[in-house]
Amino acid sequence: MFSVAVKKRRGAFELDAQFESPTPGVVALFGRSGSGKSTLVHIVAGLLDADAGRIVLDDRLILDTGTDVNEPAERRRIGVVFQDSRLFPHLSVAGNLNYGRKRAAPPFFVTLDAVADLLGIGALMGRRTHQLSGGERQRVAIGRALLSQPRLLLLDEPLASIDASRRGELLPYLESLRDELAIPMAYVSHDFDEVLRLATHLVLMDRGRTIAQGDLSAMSLHPELRAIIGAEAVGAIIEGTVLGMDAASCLMRIRVGQGEIRVESISAAAGSKLRVQLLARDLIVATSAPRDLSVRNVLEGIVCQVAGDSGGSDLITIDIGGAFIMARVTHAATRELALTPGKRAWALVKSVSLRGHVGGSLHAGA
Amino acid sequence: MTMWPSADESQALQLSLSVALRSVLFSLPVALSVAWLLTRRRFLGRTLLDAFVHLPLVLPPVMVGYVLLLLLGSRGPIGGWLQNEFGIHLIFTRNGAAVATAVMSFPLMVRAMRLSLETVERGLEEAARTLGAGAIDRFATITLPLMLPGLLAGAVTAFSAALGEFGAVITFVSNIPGETRTLPLALYTALQTPGGEPAAARLALMSFGLGMGGLLLSEWFARRVRRLLGR
Repeated sequence: MFSVAVKKRRGAFELDAQFESPTPGVVALFGRSGSGKSTLVHIVAGLLDADAGRIVLDDRLILDTGTDVNEPAERRRIGVVFQDSRLFPHLSVAGNLNYGRKRAAPPFFVTLDAVADLLGIGALMGRRTHQLSGGERQRVAIGRALLSQPRLLLLDEPLASIDASRRGELLPYLESLRDELAIPMAYVSHDFDEVLRLATHLVLMDRGRTIAQGDLSAMSLHPELRAIIGAEAVGAIIEGTVLGMDAASCLMRIRVGQGEIRVESISAAAGSKLRVQLLARDLIVATSAPRDLSVRNVLEGIVCQVAGDSGGSDLITIDIGGAFIMARVTHAATRELALTPGKRAWALVKSVSLRGHVGGSLHAGA
Repeated sequence: MTMWPSADESQALQLSLSVALRSVLFSLPVALSVAWLLTRRRFLGRTLLDAFVHLPLVLPPVMVGYVLLLLLGSRGPIGGWLQNEFGIHLIFTRNGAAVATAVMSFPLMVRAMRLSLETVERGLEEAARTLGAGAIDRFATITLPLMLPGLLAGAVTAFSAALGEFGAVITFVSNIPGETRTLPLALYTALQTPGGEPAAARLALMSFGLGMGGLLLSEWFARRVRRLLGR
């Protein structure tokens, strides 16, 4: 368990953050620019003093202003990957990687070779840092932090300084970090696409406060998230299990809740778990089993909540057996179909986005 | 007129180099500490210290020499203590000349170091900290190497300036051949001597060569290090 409760006043800005997340796992601190995410990261890393607070990582008390416990940053063993990478310009790539390695203390969980392999930086070792591209710089920065053998890795908008067109190249590296090294990570971002690829736990921040938190699946339907990412991007993120290839249609069968969806062929082994995103605007709701349709993916379930959104539509949450999905329909449709909690409903799925591997658990207690 | 310097003149040259080198060695650690204090620390009297450091730039060198004489002379509070406790004589010695030139070139050195210290990104020191480096470790492995270009440029400039110091030296340690008669003092003495013009010309030429060489060397070095850092 990684638990943080800190307060800090900086001029007119006041940070009052509090969250708990399971370890190992990736907790995403998500919010608009200026919501206090970076300040929080600096406090957790020990680079900024909190006015009051307590930070506990697993069985280790890192900060407790009540009992005057405050481990200095250099002894916290919390690795940080900064937005601007902060590679040492007077050292080569190897020199940068070794900087943290030489100062690390046991337990050692990752070797130089493993890091080079994982991040694909073996060929860069002899280079000077100014010869690297933005993506390469960040990979080296991640490797440098990992080799200091941290107990927690903080990533402060690590993709923000990279060209938008190249950000996608770095995400798989971060995913393999999450899936192959069981190191707890805190990921700061204002880009929801990154969050839904990487996070297992989500903390929402707004104006210095943590306003909502929970596992990614539950949070994907949270009203506070809607307020930040906008109605168009709202949709359930659920865990899907690959069942295998359907020979006749050449489509991949994926179990979600008690239902099943089929997607264009992807390379994934049967039994592997994928993140499935179903946008609310891509679902059509029916109150009887639909027939004679071009849409092949239909999920059956029970309406459990109907909530109005700001745009004159209703958001219908449907329990599909162990997972929840959300559809956006007009007020008129809600009335005519008499969509109320308890009603049986079918959701027609117009499109499905797969967001990589699950990596841990998206559901609390699972 | 022969171009070849006499034994006395080459002695003056050697002495100048020796005094300037000592002067830089004396002032380097002090200047580094003062530059660090002025750049990185906020404390009471910081502005006062800043002004004090710059005093030698605006005071008459002769006055600086006189103050040194009062403080570091055999009967001065510091000079007396040094003599009694450690047997160190500054007055009328080349070490005294080095102290006088160190004081005079101190502002140049501090200025160069402050400028280079300000270019060192604090973020890099923070990164080193999260990687497990304590304060001294960080300074030695990150801050110092990154400010090296400025540090060396400052040292070379101070060295060149030290070669030319006249007023403070002649006031504090007098004009003793072979001990405190550096190039500018020898040049002055030659001009005061009937028929000394050829010697004065040779000494002037030497001074010119040394100063020019020092400045070029400093520029070349700064460029090299900048390229190494990829800037």
